[in-house]
Amino acid sequence: MSFLDVLYFIVPAAIFYAAPLILTAIGGVFSERSGVVNIGLEGLMVMGAFIGIIFNLFFVDVFGSTTPWVALIAAMVVSAIFSLIHAVASVTFRADQVVSGVAINLLAVALSLFLVKMIYNKGQTEFVQERFIRTDIPFLEKIPFIGPMFFQDVYWTSVLAIGIAILAWVILYYTPFGLRLRSVGEHPMAADTMGINVNRMRYIAVMISGGLAGIGGAIYSQSISLDFSHSTINGQGFMALAAMIFGKWHPLGAMGAALFFGFAQALSIVGGSIPYIENIPSVFLLILPYVLTILALAGFIGKANAPKASGVPYIKGNR
Amino acid sequence: MLVSGFNPIEGYAALWNGIFGDWYTIGETIRQITPYILAGLAVAFAFRTGLFNIGVEGQLIVGWFAAAYVGITFDDLPKIIHLPLAILAAAAAGALWGFIPGLLKARFKVHEVIVTIMMNYIALHTVNALVKTVSGGGDSTDKIHPSASLRSEFLESMTDYSRLHLGILIALAMVFVMWLILEKTTRGFELKAVGFNQNASQYAGMNVNKNIILAMVISGAFAGLGGAMEALGTFEYVSVKGSFTGIGFDGIAVALLGANTPLGVIFGATLFGSLKYGALNMPNEAGIPVEIVSIVIAIIIFFVASGYIFRLFLERFSKKKEAK
Repeated sequence: MSFLDVLYFIVPAAIFYAAPLILTAIGGVFSERSGVVNIGLEGLMVMGAFIGIIFNLFFVDVFGSTTPWVALIAAMVVSAIFSLIHAVASVTFRADQVVSGVAINLLAVALSLFLVKMIYNKGQTEFVQERFIRTDIPFLEKIPFIGPMFFQDVYWTSVLAIGIAILAWVILYYTPFGLRLRSVGEHPMAADTMGINVNRMRYIAVMISGGLAGIGGAIYSQSISLDFSHSTINGQGFMALAAMIFGKWHPLGAMGAALFFGFAQALSIVGGSIPYIENIPSVFLLILPYVLTILALAGFIGKANAPKASGVPYIKGNR
Repeated sequence: MLVSGFNPIEGYAALWNGIFGDWYTIGETIRQITPYILAGLAVAFAFRTGLFNIGVEGQLIVGWFAAAYVGITFDDLPKIIHLPLAILAAAAAGALWGFIPGLLKARFKVHEVIVTIMMNYIALHTVNALVKTVSGGGDSTDKIHPSASLRSEFLESMTDYSRLHLGILIALAMVFVMWLILEKTTRGFELKAVGFNQNASQYAGMNVNKNIILAMVISGAFAGLGGAMEALGTFEYVSVKGSFTGIGFDGIAVALLGANTPLGVIFGATLFGSLKYGALNMPNEAGIPVEIVSIVIAIIIFFVASGYIFRLFLERFSKKKEAK
């Protein structure tokens, strides 16, 4: 296996594993940029994964091979609605946002497992018939070197994830809506003075984060796990949270961090079949992504600054 | 519960029987509460010092392993030395796991949430690998020697041979220790001050970095002790884990329910532990999935968190009175 083959092997895998993380982390960026801490990403992902699988199982006869995509939309909608709980508690009721997020996590896991047990009388669902499949992207796959690495045998979901990341960057930094959203997170009082409805912006941001985390969860469940049980989403939401902080609350930064996590994860899974590193005990490959992250944070990134008003409920008239 | 078509009375009866049904279940309930108290203390202590320790899970796992390892390896030690040694090993392991994020936070200003999350995964995989090494490739280690066990025949016979062990006493002692540190020592005052306002504490001549590290170390030690409870009391061995135990994450909820005070943590852990254990009885007696209890807990947390809205109503109510 030459070095190039290794690259052809590992880069698509990295992007594949990163896709759910990218989407969820972008969701986190939206929420935190508007000033709402969202620990509940994990729970929103669980909800997305659950809805994705359930929808896929129930409607596979209706939609055929497009089922995963329709399920994706369903997961997005349901997770966005579900995230409203977090929005109501943390924006309107001024609850502690961390507490509310933890409650979201608990509630999502409990509710989805409860429903699974009601429907199937056991702790996990059946495996889905239709799943996301790999395709070659026409034309682009012919490009030498880059083609085989990025455009052959890719999942459309990966393309979607990267597309949304770029879109999020444009929205946040080059549209009035994005400017308003960020100003609400940095200095809500000033934003309010300028006539921006702080609470409405925060509601929208939390729902966007819910929707994106829902898509992320549904992609994970429909392309990696293929069923839903208590361990389907096990810490990916927290990884996404880490990716968001690692990426310094910037959509592209979050995407980069998520790709990095995906790369490290792919390395730990396929590492056994790559020359030179196949002799390393698997435990080192397993903990590698996390050690690398810590080292990278300590060494290069340095201090990460959260949006100023993150975690602080806005109360009109308070200085 | 009505919504899902189950008989609520039957369900609650089952829950009640699952918690207080007989001496055995009471013993098991208290057994379940023990690690929750310590995990809750760990999170609460960090919160009080302005840190968010999501890493309780990992600290608990390394504590679990350290205690079990000491319990297995040392032969022929009298109980009076062996047992404290195993407990201390767990606390030290947890403290070490807390020290790393504390150091990184103090030295490099790295966000502690992200490091503790990473440390959870490192703990999980490292302990799994260590278990395999210690047991020679197996999935769980041997049982610990009786001289390191927290089990007590008195407690077991009193509760109809449940797995209730002496750990509850340690947990309650730690509640007292946390209260003592935070409320009655200069160090505790400094820790809280740093949590409130780093700049002000710095200006007042406190060593902010040292206090951050110390807070994480103490928090980690509490979590490590929680692991020792599982290693020396409940299970008496350590096995390869496919995923996290969940005790550490539940500890966050426990601390929040207890408003981050030592006494509150006992309350939160009792509620959490008894509901969790009692729920195991519900599928058998009433045919209701266990998860209903988690849903109830989550809703309780929402209400605790949203306490503001109730205060607002009360305030408005009293203002109207004054206006009249």
